[in-house]
Amino acid sequence: MAVLDILKYPDEALKQISQPVEQFDEQLLCFLADLEQTMRAGPGGVGIAAPQVGYFKRIAIVDVSVKPKIKHNGCMILINPEIKTWDGMKVGREGCMSVPDYTGNVIRAEKITLQANNPQGELIDYECIGYEARAVQHEMDHLDGLLFLDRLVSRRMDLFKRKVYK
Amino acid sequence: MSKQSNEWHMLTLVGQDKPGIVAQITSALFRTGAQLGEASMMRLGGNFTIMLMVKSGQSLNELEQSIAPVVAALELHSSFQSINASLHQHELPNTRITVYGADRAGIVADTTSCLLDAGFNIMDLASDVAGDEADPIYIMHIEGIAQNGSEAIETALEQIKIKGVNIDVTPIDIMIA
Repeated sequence: MAVLDILKYPDEALKQISQPVEQFDEQLLCFLADLEQTMRAGPGGVGIAAPQVGYFKRIAIVDVSVKPKIKHNGCMILINPEIKTWDGMKVGREGCMSVPDYTGNVIRAEKITLQANNPQGELIDYECIGYEARAVQHEMDHLDGLLFLDRLVSRRMDLFKRKVYK
Repeated sequence: MSKQSNEWHMLTLVGQDKPGIVAQITSALFRTGAQLGEASMMRLGGNFTIMLMVKSGQSLNELEQSIAPVVAALELHSSFQSINASLHQHELPNTRITVYGADRAGIVADTTSCLLDAGFNIMDLASDVAGDEADPIYIMHIEGIAQNGSEAIETALEQIKIKGVNIDVTPIDIMIA
């Protein structure tokens, strides 16, 4: 296993669209192990996408289980992921290993359902909410050449929480 | 003090808001070969305000001269100061505080003194007076670092809430992926 180099913006390679994975083989498993190790070595370390290490295939890993008191699916290895449903919207602060020294506000769906292949090529359904849903959407953007910088909203956006009337 | 080395300066500038302030000031600085850093620019009470990091090998006097024609033409007030600064010094806030209520003297002093005592370092503050002339409301957004966590801040601010001010404390959960 190895910690791979992270591409950093303004490297234009980060802006390209990644291609679907077609071969579920030993080589893929080796890459997944390296990608996961790279994610865990990074600041934050809750998610990574293959294009961030210069491998332009539709692969992302999200594992927010280190965050206390949130719902999560454990370590999600997402190959050819597709979001099926979106629900709710929320502003949250994001940063990215490919954009060091900057964080900004981004609107994401609060709840998503998605389908992705696992490392064996089987199709798995997931439901994600909150922080995990945010991380998945952030990583999936990388697969389409989008950075959180493409989705920034005003620094002063939505500082008022919506009141919940019961 | 005149500085000849390539150091950072802070330009502070204010004047009645009108189109062209930013473009003309930054163009004048660009022509002198100055480099720009982080900036905060906003409209406050009908004035336009600039706080802008400027890196230049020129003296303070030379920098002032470089924007003098624009400052005069647009009727602005400006000054450069040498500052001890560098880029990539961002710290991540962990708490956001929203304060609002009927405007009265002392809201800011009360709130920020209370925050100071509770171990809160303010990194960003923006406030507005809204409502109308007869019934103004004061709205303030603060971001910063709560050394003892957001809950300690919430508890500390209870005494301000008693005075009829609404305060919302939210942890900022930054997702770095």
